[in-house]
Amino acid sequence: MQALSAQLLVGLINGSFYALLSLGLAVIFGMLNIINFAHGAVYMMGAFCAYFLLNVFGIGYWPALIVAPVLVGIFGMVMERTMLKWLTGLDHLYGLLLTFGLALIIQGVFQNYFGSSGLPYAIPDELQGGINLGFMFLPVYRGWVIVCSLVVCIATWYLIERTRLGAYLRAATENPTLVRAFGINVPRMITLTYGLGVGLAALAGVLSAPINQVRPLMGADLIIVVFAVVVIGGMGSIMGSIITGFALGIIEGLTKYFYPEASNSVVFVLMVLVLLVKPTGLTGRAT
Amino acid sequence: MRTRLAALLVGTALTLGMTVGATAQDKQDKNVKIGVLTDLSGLYADLAGEGSVVAAQMAVDDSGLKAKGWTIDVISADHQNKPDIGTGIARRWIDTDKVDIIADVPNSGVALAVNNIVKEKNRILLDSGAGSSELTDTQCTPNTVHFTYDTYMLAHSTGSAMVKAGGDSWFFITADYAFGHALENDTAAVVKAAGGKVLGSVRVPLNTADFSSYLLQAQASKAKVIGLANAGGDTTNSIKQAAEFGIVKGGQKLAGLLMFLSDVHSLGLNVAQGLNLSETFYWNMNDQTRAFSKRFSERLKTHAMPTMVHAGVYAGLLHYLKALEALGGNPHDGAKVVAKMKEIPTDDPLFGKGTIRIDGRAIHPAYLFEVKTPAESKGEWDLYKLVGTTPGDDAFRPLSESKCPLVKH
Repeated sequence: MQALSAQLLVGLINGSFYALLSLGLAVIFGMLNIINFAHGAVYMMGAFCAYFLLNVFGIGYWPALIVAPVLVGIFGMVMERTMLKWLTGLDHLYGLLLTFGLALIIQGVFQNYFGSSGLPYAIPDELQGGINLGFMFLPVYRGWVIVCSLVVCIATWYLIERTRLGAYLRAATENPTLVRAFGINVPRMITLTYGLGVGLAALAGVLSAPINQVRPLMGADLIIVVFAVVVIGGMGSIMGSIITGFALGIIEGLTKYFYPEASNSVVFVLMVLVLLVKPTGLTGRAT
Repeated sequence: MRTRLAALLVGTALTLGMTVGATAQDKQDKNVKIGVLTDLSGLYADLAGEGSVVAAQMAVDDSGLKAKGWTIDVISADHQNKPDIGTGIARRWIDTDKVDIIADVPNSGVALAVNNIVKEKNRILLDSGAGSSELTDTQCTPNTVHFTYDTYMLAHSTGSAMVKAGGDSWFFITADYAFGHALENDTAAVVKAAGGKVLGSVRVPLNTADFSSYLLQAQASKAKVIGLANAGGDTTNSIKQAAEFGIVKGGQKLAGLLMFLSDVHSLGLNVAQGLNLSETFYWNMNDQTRAFSKRFSERLKTHAMPTMVHAGVYAGLLHYLKALEALGGNPHDGAKVVAKMKEIPTDDPLFGKGTIRIDGRAIHPAYLFEVKTPAESKGEWDLYKLVGTTPGDDAFRPLSESKCPLVKH
């Protein structure tokens, strides 16, 4: 029983990464209709950004939590302005292919310069050590990751679903011409949204840097799972992707306990089952 | 009469001379093609990858054969750690590109598959990167040479050292493919033979980012030693996360059964200090290894120091070219060249003097290292101190235990 509770908690921690990453993907797909395959690459850039901030500029973990997502977010906005913008109105496939190509290029460049085995990034002093919960030893840092992701997820959901800005955004995706008629700069809003989605991925990258090595392929390993999360949750559904992210982390954790050999494929089995029963995903709406 | 006889003699001599000339030319086919089949993009790309290609090229340059009129080409490809892709490349290389020797092949799954192809087509597999000891045991062939290390050596060197130090109960975290299984089995045998117990194991898919679930299972087993039967990024992630979950502080010991210089460098000394590991080569051993490593690092894009896999590709190919020179050419009959490689003793600046046994196993000493503390290290790549040396004959599986069909008992 003790071991099982420990596995559930560990699953929840992984789930928080899935949730943060799939949240960004859902925002970008829901608002911009872009299937952003570069999401894993920007996640990796977030981690590298934190590494450079520390080792080149002496900027530590806490400022990096803000600075890295902003920098990578700006990179994302440049990418949107110079490339993705031209795909507005075209089939999803074009965006998918473009972002997939971009991801390969970005990963290739990083791998060329930094190899594949990764660079070390230490856990900040304040979050060293762990707490004995009785059933397991919980590293403080992992606890912090759960809290941080939950707060960011809920804040993003609130921003999009409950504020005036979010309402404009949702309206702009439904009917850009009408919203523009109200004097709102729709292209700028789209750019900012893409930047926000990319920034969320970069934030997940900074959070994961002390747990995993800072590796060029860290995003490539994760992106397929995250896509499965978004598909199961319902493409574009914000709350769907948050809940599915956490839930899948837990299910994966349980698989690792009961039948570890299947832990890499359980997510896809679930995806198939969900799509068979409900093709729009758990919380997705048919369009 | 005399002139006719003379003419006949001259004619015969000419004809004979021409035939002899033609056979001599056949014998001296001095075109060699080396294929470096490696992981150029995945989790083993730093411990093998581009560095293995550089090492192969250096072996060709240092052999001096080009100056003697030989044509030696080095080509390379990425097997992506997939046996089907690896065998596809190997077949194409041999059938279309006329490759004579396939070198490196990290990832035992791919190496075992390629092993069958080179035997079928009578070419050569010179393995440096893959660890499975099967390659020179049940799966041995007259066409395969296993140069650098294998799971038997790792299990005996690290495993028995840990048991001697009191680690008599083990739990394995094992990479779920040929290499991981072989390493787990070989180490478990050593542990049991030394009077220890194996309390359990967990099989983890290759290329896993998060090991916390598995580490918790290992922790719950209360084993004194957690054996990491994995490699590359999988090993570094397990060690890093074990530190995070306080496993070593809680009294359990970690045994990285296969770790390379690139892994320790990537972990950083803060996390890796104190770990014991076995290798057959370390760049900072003597003047010769340092000189090679400096040249190697200058040629490599990332300027990393060579791992033992890189060293094995270099030394193995150097020996291969020496054997070819002794044969005078004709590299296309793989089994014949390998027989020659076994006949002449190995002697190179990196591994020293040794032999290649009848089963294809290259014999040289194995070293047990301890990772330095940050205070002891004098530079970015100054990572190991030598703890012990096992002579070649004791480091690898003795022929008396061999199941290789080439070995006559």
